[in-house]
Amino acid sequence: MESLLNRYRNITVLLLVIFAQLVLLAVQVKNDQDVRLIRVWAVTAVTPVARIVEGLRGGSSGFLHNYILLHDTNAENRRLQTELDRLKLDNIFLKSELSRADRAKALEVFQRHTASKTVAATIFAVGAGSGSKVVFVDRGTVSGVQRGMAVVTPDGIVGKVIAAYPMSSAVQLITDADFAAGVVSQKTQAAGTLKGQGTPLCKVDYVPFEEKIEPGDMLYTSGSDRIFPRGFPVGVVKAVQPAQPFKEILVEPSGLQRGLEDVLILVQGVHQAIPDTLPVSQPVYIAPAPPGANGTAEGQPANTGSAAASAAASAAPPGASSGTEADKLRSIYKATGEAQKHTFGEGLPGTKPPDFTKLPPAGTAPASPNPAPPPVKSPDAGRRGGPPQ
Amino acid sequence: MSYTHDRILLSSQREGQVSRFRAWVMLAVPLAAILFQIYVPMFFQFLRFLEMPLLVVIYFALMRRSQISGLTVGALVGLAQDSLSPKIPLGMYGIVNTLVGYFAASVGLRLDVDHGLLRLVLCFFFYLFHRFFYWVMARALLGQQQLVFAWPETLALGLLNAVVGVALFHFLDRLRETA
Repeated sequence: MESLLNRYRNITVLLLVIFAQLVLLAVQVKNDQDVRLIRVWAVTAVTPVARIVEGLRGGSSGFLHNYILLHDTNAENRRLQTELDRLKLDNIFLKSELSRADRAKALEVFQRHTASKTVAATIFAVGAGSGSKVVFVDRGTVSGVQRGMAVVTPDGIVGKVIAAYPMSSAVQLITDADFAAGVVSQKTQAAGTLKGQGTPLCKVDYVPFEEKIEPGDMLYTSGSDRIFPRGFPVGVVKAVQPAQPFKEILVEPSGLQRGLEDVLILVQGVHQAIPDTLPVSQPVYIAPAPPGANGTAEGQPANTGSAAASAAASAAPPGASSGTEADKLRSIYKATGEAQKHTFGEGLPGTKPPDFTKLPPAGTAPASPNPAPPPVKSPDAGRRGGPPQ
Repeated sequence: MSYTHDRILLSSQREGQVSRFRAWVMLAVPLAAILFQIYVPMFFQFLRFLEMPLLVVIYFALMRRSQISGLTVGALVGLAQDSLSPKIPLGMYGIVNTLVGYFAASVGLRLDVDHGLLRLVLCFFFYLFHRFFYWVMARALLGQQQLVFAWPETLALGLLNAVVGVALFHFLDRLRETA
């Protein structure tokens, strides 16, 4: 080393003197960012070295931990697996809680909007015995629950109370073999009796073979059983078999589809209209009819009786242009009476009624002080007497 | 004086003779050169082109034929020149003169530096080196990007300084100690 320094003594001294003066310069001079060159140089010189050192240290440490020091890996794996299992259970529980919260919210909304007086209840037990379709809810006579009351959810009917105790009640589910309720088809108003079978699907009896009912039709309570108020959803028709004298119809109950946990007991049921559309369908906007669309008979010959009735119906007052045939007929007669200055509901029995032989000819509309605006409603609203109540 | 005047290249380092100077000469001459650089241009503007400290560094480095001695003289004279120039950071002329002293001493080991023409060429070359290296450092370290290196002016001033340097070296030869 000493000989090396002696050999290169001159150049070494030169470099030292130059370096010293460079340091002297760097201490005095600042760069554009007002930072002294000595600091810039020092950082520039140290940073790569520090990066290399840190890289070597991190690499060595990583190599040691990833390839050499693996003595506790097995235990850590077991611990992580245990933790993963616990987290999966937590996840399932939280999902269940979330679903329950959603159902509770739906229940609350339904309870707020329905006209019937209801009591919310939670199912806390099921009836003993295999195949039992009876559950117990945590509301009883103390809460006003009585035997025979209907039990529903926002999705549909669930069953009925078959026993009321002070603090709880037994509810016979819709799928129980002894359950029965009056139902009616949403589309055709075909009535029948829903019966449980002890299976997930129920059957509907007493629907005459000539009634038109198809798979996919929605059934509602008819109110005829004096247990379930009219207008509550029951289920969807899954299968229809023609038979004599009654059709064989299988129904999937809608009230049980999302599981049962919280239900509503109807302590005071109120009948309601059967909606025109499926509960899940969104309202559909239909634009007003184009001008002259109602005058389909203008300039066209009406050569059938039904055509005349249709034309008269089209000329009827607002609300009369749609509905059942009886509604249409009633509208025609009402328009005829108004045309003859007759006020329905006045006059004693025996007074002269309007001359119903003078029905308005086809294609002519009776004078109406307030022309009806074009109806705006869903497409199938015209099949029955008007929009849902 | 064992060397001849008709040869420029020396056959060996032993052939070259190391000139010795008295201590006061080694102190007084550089000091006088620096003072000349400071005061004389105040009264004689046309003498501003003279780089007397540089010429003195070249002379002592050439004649001492020692690289360490040459770079030391260069560093000291350069730093003194820097310290007397308020706008120039300490070390600019120091580094340049250090390199000039080192390389001049290296040349002095190989060449017959008593040769007049060689002295002229060396003075010219080292003046150019001095100006060019200062320009590089000013741009690189001080960020003076606007600084322009004027080649024609530098060449002309280099020639003038070389001529003055030859005369100065002839005068300074008289201050050498005789064997």
